[in-house]
Amino acid sequence: MTDVTDKAEAKLDRPLGQKNDPRAAKLSRASKAKQKLTSPGATVAAVIIAVIWTIPTFGLLVSSFRTPEEIRTNGWWNMFVSPSFTLENYSDVLTTQGASSANLGSYFVNSLIISVPAALFPIILATMAAYAFAWIKFKGSGAIFVLIFALQIVPLQMALIPLLQIFSSVLGISGTFPAVWIAHTIFGLPLTIFLMHNFISEIPGEVIEAARVDGANHTQIFFRIIIPLSLPALASIGIFQFLWVWNDLLVALVFSGGTADVAPLTQRLAELVGNFGRNQERLPAAAFISLVIPLIVFFSLQRYFVRGLLAGSTKG
Amino acid sequence: MRGLAPFWSDLFEKFGLMLLGLAVFAAVIGIILFLADRAPKKGRDFWQLLAFVAPALALLAVGLIYPAVRTTLLAFYDRTGNEFVGLDNFVWMFTQPDILQTLGNTLVWVALVPTLSTIIGLAYAIFIDKSYGEKILKSLVFMPMAISFVGAGIIWRFMYEFREVGFAEQIGLLNQLIVMFGGQPQQFLVNSPFNTLFLIVVMVWIQTGFAMVLLSAAIKGVPVEIIEAARLDGANAWQQFRNVTLPGIRGTLVVVVTTISIATLKVFDIVRSMTGGNFDTSVVANEMYTQAFNRNEFGYGSALAVILFLMVLPIVVYNVRVMRKQKEIR
Repeated sequence: MTDVTDKAEAKLDRPLGQKNDPRAAKLSRASKAKQKLTSPGATVAAVIIAVIWTIPTFGLLVSSFRTPEEIRTNGWWNMFVSPSFTLENYSDVLTTQGASSANLGSYFVNSLIISVPAALFPIILATMAAYAFAWIKFKGSGAIFVLIFALQIVPLQMALIPLLQIFSSVLGISGTFPAVWIAHTIFGLPLTIFLMHNFISEIPGEVIEAARVDGANHTQIFFRIIIPLSLPALASIGIFQFLWVWNDLLVALVFSGGTADVAPLTQRLAELVGNFGRNQERLPAAAFISLVIPLIVFFSLQRYFVRGLLAGSTKG
Repeated sequence: MRGLAPFWSDLFEKFGLMLLGLAVFAAVIGIILFLADRAPKKGRDFWQLLAFVAPALALLAVGLIYPAVRTTLLAFYDRTGNEFVGLDNFVWMFTQPDILQTLGNTLVWVALVPTLSTIIGLAYAIFIDKSYGEKILKSLVFMPMAISFVGAGIIWRFMYEFREVGFAEQIGLLNQLIVMFGGQPQQFLVNSPFNTLFLIVVMVWIQTGFAMVLLSAAIKGVPVEIIEAARLDGANAWQQFRNVTLPGIRGTLVVVVTTISIATLKVFDIVRSMTGGNFDTSVVANEMYTQAFNRNEFGYGSALAVILFLMVLPIVVYNVRVMRKQKEIR
């Protein structure tokens, strides 16, 4: 049994949604010999693009460490002529309390409280559904799966108004965390089911067959085989959903009620930037506080991130 | 640093709520699966199947299918949702200059963003292919993908920031560069019609990384033997690209262009946080929000959502057809 599992794991240790390719090994060896298509000119062009793409973010980062006075009166590049450094902006936007303050500490907490369950719920529900579609034979399985895939076409915007009505008049939870969790879970399901299905359907049939012969039922197979084997996929897709939720503004605007009790960082940032002139010195630090989690996730888990991306786009 | 005590109690309360939420979820799923596990022998397969698919299907039915159908119906009713008005909402849409501008802007977005992001992303992917420091160069352009649209909006607000000449120093890099070369500083986000283009730049900035990563993976998948053969036949770099690489990555190109097109049609946050849809920069997704949630015009809002759906539909249909064809070839 463990032997079979090992084999399955080895087979699965590759990007999601890609078929096993016997050519892959040969290719990587051969590609080392592959001639470069590029010239020094192209390298220069690439570096220019990279610099242009990085400067806006870099400028904002530099700004966030300058004094409010400096931010208002001259550009961030003056930092290199007359260097200065302060954390004043960060402490101001994070900890100062009061109606007119940015109050980002609370919103940061809200973002966390929203994102963790809103990433976990759809992933778990999707894994269950994907298992059923992949390994339990039933009538209409194919048709229902296609329908779920097709639901990705429905723009979020179409679902907002009626769903809000359900939340406010039927369930009475509009403007609470559960409302935001449920909304994100629903909107995340079509894609997560599809991606998890891509993955779970490629688990070797022998593994599941062997477990069935041993007398395991679906629940046991799900917990003992599917979940452990799907961990890489769960990580990739979970990271994706987490970032999506963390960065979302629209769902938050509609379902969170917009107060410091529930609303996430993006919502507060959108408010602050709405009064750009008055909040100019706060915005660089405020923006970076909202970027810090995605950037940490991005740079530390880039491999999984790219994997999730490829799985989502090169549909097998 | 005063008044932090309420912050901490608030924090504990919220984390408590989150843990409670997670516990309730785990309990519900646990009970469902436990009951399925203990289901009577007769029909056990059916009950287990139900336990696995029912939660997801129920949520989708209530949260997506029903709302989509209802929104489609609401598009034919007035703002209260009580009186049937036929096509009035759509007639309104196509007779209001504001909304026509909005529809036009959306078309400009969907024409430019996928094209520019894909071309720049493809060029960049080829330029850095197997170059020194490829990974870092990739990360730099890919990074904006991890940033929220609102964050990107703020980053670019500072790039575009405008100060009256003689009144103060420029603090926006672009206007500083213009002034340095002796030009007049511009109000990038105010002056129509070019302000829409400057919003589009932000979306291109974000989506190029996505295009680049996917296309880069596809380029590495083009068989080396063919490229080698083309080179031996005396094809130059451009001919190699045109006749070998490009056909080899066609499938990925379609995926990239369609995915970015769909994301572009739904773009909301950038417009919302940079101009709020003012100065003739609104797009359908933003206008839909404004009508439905700021002005309580649910009929108009629903009609705009339906239009958005109709714009996304052909792209998805095309995507599915291309995918089918490729599967047949394989």
